[in-house]
Parts: sequence; structure tokens; C-alpha cells
Amino acid sequence: MAKVLMKGNEAIAEAAIRSGCRHYFGYPITPQTEVAAYMAKRMPKIGGTFLQAESEISAINMVYGVSSAGLRVMTSSSSPGVSLKQEGISYLAGSDLPALIVNVQRGGPGLGGIQPSQSDYFQATKGGGHGDYHLIVLAPASVQEMADLTAKAFDLSDKYRMPAMLLADGTIGQMMEPVELPEKMSEGGFEKPWAVTGTENKREHNIINSLYLVPEQLEDKNLERYERYKVVEQNEVMYEEYMTDDADVVVVAFGIAARVSKNAITAARAKGIKAGLIRPITLWPFPKEAIAKAAERAKGFISVELSMGQMIDDIRLAEGCKKPVTLCNRVGGMIPSPDEVLKAIEDMEGGAF
Amino acid sequence: MATVFSKPKALTDAPLHYCPGCTHGIIHRLVAEAIDDLGILGKTVGVAPVGCAVMAYDYFSCDMVEAAHGRAPAVATGLKRAMPDRIIFTYQGDGDLASIGMAETVHAATRNENITVIFVNNAIYGMTGGQMAPTSLPGQVTQTSPYGRDVKTVGYPIRVCELLSALDAPEYIERVAVNNVKNVLNAKRAIKKAFQNQIEGKGFSLIEVVSSCPTNWGMTPQKALDWVESDMIPYYPLGVYRDKSAKEGKE
Amino acid sequence: MYTQILIAGFGGQGVLFAGKVLAYKGLTEEKQISWLPSYGPEMRGGTANCSVIVSDTPVGSPIVHEPDILIVMNLPSLDKYEGAVSKGGYAFVDSTLIERKLERTDVKAFYIPATKMARDLGIPTLANMIIVGKVIKETGVVSMDGLRDALAKTVSAKHQDLIDINLKAIEAGYNFKD
Repeated sequence: MAKVLMKGNEAIAEAAIRSGCRHYFGYPITPQTEVAAYMAKRMPKIGGTFLQAESEISAINMVYGVSSAGLRVMTSSSSPGVSLKQEGISYLAGSDLPALIVNVQRGGPGLGGIQPSQSDYFQATKGGGHGDYHLIVLAPASVQEMADLTAKAFDLSDKYRMPAMLLADGTIGQMMEPVELPEKMSEGGFEKPWAVTGTENKREHNIINSLYLVPEQLEDKNLERYERYKVVEQNEVMYEEYMTDDADVVVVAFGIAARVSKNAITAARAKGIKAGLIRPITLWPFPKEAIAKAAERAKGFISVELSMGQMIDDIRLAEGCKKPVTLCNRVGGMIPSPDEVLKAIEDMEGGAF
Repeated sequence: MATVFSKPKALTDAPLHYCPGCTHGIIHRLVAEAIDDLGILGKTVGVAPVGCAVMAYDYFSCDMVEAAHGRAPAVATGLKRAMPDRIIFTYQGDGDLASIGMAETVHAATRNENITVIFVNNAIYGMTGGQMAPTSLPGQVTQTSPYGRDVKTVGYPIRVCELLSALDAPEYIERVAVNNVKNVLNAKRAIKKAFQNQIEGKGFSLIEVVSSCPTNWGMTPQKALDWVESDMIPYYPLGVYRDKSAKEGKE
Repeated sequence: MYTQILIAGFGGQGVLFAGKVLAYKGLTEEKQISWLPSYGPEMRGGTANCSVIVSDTPVGSPIVHEPDILIVMNLPSLDKYEGAVSKGGYAFVDSTLIERKLERTDVKAFYIPATKMARDLGIPTLANMIIVGKVIKETGVVSMDGLRDALAKTVSAKHQDLIDINLKAIEAGYNFKD
């Protein structure tokens, strides 16, 4: 199959369509607007719905409506817009509805900037909205993964009846790389007997709801949901290991930070330093075991992030505070250079941390 | 034995939780009767609000969705776009529709989204215990306007029908009341029309039902109905504010 | 081969498009490719730049910090990026718009009056393609063979009629002798 050059944002949109998504709702915001523009162009031609909502809040609630009907649906935005969606995301989680939310992150807080960032890690992986819940969070590091993980997100979301988030950043969204898009990208075929499609006077009415005024019932709902989350944690962890077999220094990074880190690891290896990379592909569930295993032989870990240090907490929890974990980061739209990461690797190798 | 009165099929057997004298029960019944009369029960999906009618999903026997506060028109938009052949209605109160959800209301209207909106205006937040609503009358005493609604500091009530009538798009907008038999019968006709419009693909239809809240108004049910007549209806005149098809038919 | 290219100029000079042509050409040669634009207000008249990597091995970071090939189409871009070019790398300068020469001596510099040439050829918006032609000639990062196919992919479906003049511009740059 021929590869085509595509922007990351466009790859998300095309992959969503190929995964059977025919409903998209969004609101313009840099640097993810290409997703909406692509959908606006394509959806009317394939009998789908593209609707520019009056707000991010409305967009996520339109998503809630389509998902209630049992169909695949998505919205995309960037950091400030994703904050606005949090209410709806909590309702999706509380109603056990699948949906795909794309966050092509930019710097924050507040209006922040428009350059790439990873500072919504906590928001994405620790909840974001109110209440106990998780999203399946996937972190693409290439345009190909923007496409593949979009399809994967739809399947996982349907399978476990929980919303999924594609947590990208401005760089991966804006860049073009060759990408291969098979005609059929997703498993699909998930039964949705809970959907509100009309009773046809043949069954009891279905109710999509997150309200439980009896505390025992609400507790049960939460417990049931967390049983499901456990299964997700057991079965769906994804990560890439790069030169970790003999690594003394293990870099942990996702998305664009992982791309930069690979350059640094190549440079470190050229200098005779045994460096390797663990790249979480699912941020939730987090690859705890891979990190715990690496902790058995590594001198220490370096968390390379476009944030003030968010994933670093999960690394420390995963390695059980046995080994030092340092932070190599830039924020506000800045990206660490391979040299900065190399310096962090050399510091750890030399024991200066 | 002849049955002379029965519960509409579109209502479940769940006992309503509404306060004594509340008119939500009447309005639920009118909506259910309209659904029965039009034979659309099996293909209707309702959207419940946050507010007193939050548990409407237990009362209507069609498929139901519970929406976040104010977002029912957006949720209904999603449902209708996903299933254009289904009948989608929202059932919302004044805080839900005219305060926190005003943007969703106005934009669903201006898209002429082919849905039916039942808007219950009782000039107060009932579920939370009687706070000032966007439709509370000037001078009205509530828990959060204990000295009466002071229009100089908190502004005037919003007349939703008049406001939405300023838009080009909506198909049908009417204000009705349920404070006496005549008005109830008229409300039934209006609600049925709002569903009929959707069946015919005409677009956004909103019926505002001027309602009462004896508990939070601090009145007996009869007094409350009298207050609807004496104070509410003069501020919120009943009538058809928009009937696009009828107007176009005439021209 | 792992060639990092940085193209910079004003918004509207076709900086991003020039990068796309090189990227698509690389793709048709089955190279590994990345193309990363600056984005935001630059698109509307400020300075714009784009990073392109053409490689035989998988591309790591798509961000070009140390270009092997620098193309500059305005003075601020030369001022900003001259120091970044890798030792022994190439710099291509639109000498119609940039009067000064490079200060560095460890870089192979080429001065092309691209904006003037484009004007003289009646294709005033294609100075970018003239420089691309010179880049291909001097660096061989991609080849001239099959350039039409790559252009057909780069140019949007409704502008396919513009392929010929783009080819003409690239050839003019390729054949330019300084």
C-alpha cells in the first residue's frame, strides 16, 4: 500500500472516518483546527455529520448524544478547549459511554500559547473532570501513530464502554510524515444493546444516566467501573522499549519528547553510554511493570517532558522510589533539544543528580 | 366495564416525586398523551434536564437520556444527527434552559434543529430549594433574592419566546399555561403540534409552559395557580410567537 | 544519509510549500521523511519556517536544530539561523532580498537572485522553487528525475495547471550559474 504524506491532524481525521466514525463535533482552536477542517470537507461527502458547535461544552454534549445512540463519535480540541469539555467527559464516564476526545496540546495554563506542550498529562490521566473515573489515554509519537491510535482508541472505547483520549501535541499535529492508511482500520462490530435507539415497543426503555441518588447504588456503579478499569490495566498497556536491554540510564518519554530523546540516546550510545528509552504509548493505563523491571538494573530514570514534571510522579510510583528519577523538561511551547536530553543522560551516568 | 380514564402508555408506573400541587405532573401527562396520540412511542428518545424534572427518565417509557445541566439541546442535537428518523424531545426547566444552557438553547434554535423542546417556566429553582431563576419576576422573593428581585442589580427576567423569536430559523414557538382546564387543553394542542412539526421535518419547536411551584413560592396550590394568572401571565403573555410554516403558507 | 533542512522567510514566500516539494520528492524516492512547519500567526505575514528531514533511516526528532541545508529568503532568517548550520553544511540565500554574505567560512554558501529571476521569468511568486532547483543541483538531497510526479502530489487537485511553471522555476534554479 502506498504511503502518503499527511499532517498529523489530518491523519487523525482520516483514520477516524476509516474506523467508522461518521459524527464529528468541534470548535476551532490552534493547533488542532485541521481536524475540523478535514472533517468539514469529508463528512458531507460520505453521509456523515460535521457540526461546528457553539462551544466546546456543546460539542462534547453532542458527542454524548451520538454516543447514547450507539454510534462512533469524536471531538477534538487543544488544551483550553479540552478544559471546557471536562464536564461532558465526566458525564460520559459516569454514563459508561464510549467516545474519542482528541487533545492536540498547547502550552498553558490559561490561554497559554499555541506551541506544543504536554502539560495536560495530569488532566488526561488523573481524571480532569469531577468524580472517580479514568480515560484510556493514548500518546502518539508519529503521524502514523496518530492514525493507528485513533482507530485503536475507538475499539478500546467501545470494548470497555469508557471514553478514550488521544493525547497529542502541536508538533505531532502539525508535522507531515508518510503514513499508510488501510481501508479498514478498526475491529468494530461491538454490540450496544444499551443504546437509546427507540424501544420500537419491543423492550423496556433504555436510560443513559449518571445520576444515582441512593449512595449504595452509586457506590456499586463506581466499584463495577473500577473492576473494568482493572481489566484494562491488565490487558491494554502499550509501550515501546528502545535499547533498554542493557541500559544504565533509562529515559522515559512520550510523544514528541520521545522523538527528541531517541536522538539523544543515539548520541549517548555513540559516546559509549548505555542509555535506553521506555516510551509509554498508553499513558493510562501506565506501563508500570516495564518501568519496575527496568528499575532492577538501571542506575536511574530521566523523565523527559514538555511540562513542569507530571509523568515523573507516575515513574516514581512505578519504580517504587528505588532509583533516582530526574526531570529534563522545557515548557511554554519550548521543546528540549537532543543536546539537553544528552546532558541529562550524561549527568545521570556520571552520578551528578 | 368501560375504561374512561387511563394512564398514557408513554408514562411508566413509577410514582412521580413532584411536590403536591406541582404542575410538572400535568405537563408530563400532556407530553405522554401527545406521544401516544401520534403513535411515536417506540421511536421517541427523550432528554431529561438537571432540575426538578431530572428524574423524568424514570417517568417516560420511551428511551431516555439524562443530560448535564443546560446541555439538553446539545445532547438532543447529537441524538437527532445520529438518528434522523427518531423523535427527540427535551424537557427542561427555566434554570436549565434559560440560564446555564442559554447558549445551547439559542444555537439549537438558530440551527432550526429538528427537535421538540418542552420548556417549563415556574420562575424559580425548585430542586435546590427556591433560588432566583432567570425568569423570576421583578420583586419576586426567593432564597437568593430575599428582598425581592432587584432589577437594578440582577437585571430583568428573560422572556424566552420573545428572545428566540428574534431568530430567523426556528419553526415554532408558543407560550402556554396549565393553570386552568382551558389552558391545559390548549397546552396539549401546542405540545402535540410541536411533535407533529418534528415528524414533518419542519425543525425547532419550543413550547414554553408557564407553570407553578407552590412549595417554593410559599403558597397553597390554588393560590399558586391564581398567582400564575395574576402575575406570571401578564409578564409572560401566552400565544404563538412563531409559526413559520403558517406564515409562509399565508404569503 | 540523514539530511536536515531548514527553510525560512516571510509568510507568503512559499517557505512551507518549498519544504513540501522536497518532502514529497523524498517520499517518491522511498526515503524517510518529516516536514514540520512553524504555525500560528506566522501564517499570516510574519516570519515562517519549516523543518524537513530526508533520511535513509527512521526520523527521530522532526525539529531541525542544526540544519545541513539552510534556505533563507529574508535577512532576519539569515541573521537568526546562520550560526545554526552544521559545519560543512550548505546555505542558500535569496540575494535579491538579502544583501549581505555569510560571515561563516565553514559553510558552502550559494547566492541566487531568485526573486529577480522569478520576476524576469514572469513567475514572480516562484522564487522559492528557483532556490529548490539550486538546492537539488548542489546537494543532491533529492534527484530531478520524476519531479513532475512529486509536484503533482504537492500541488492541490484544483491547481494542477501550475505544475508546469513550478517545473520551469525549479529548472531555472537548477541551471543557474553563479
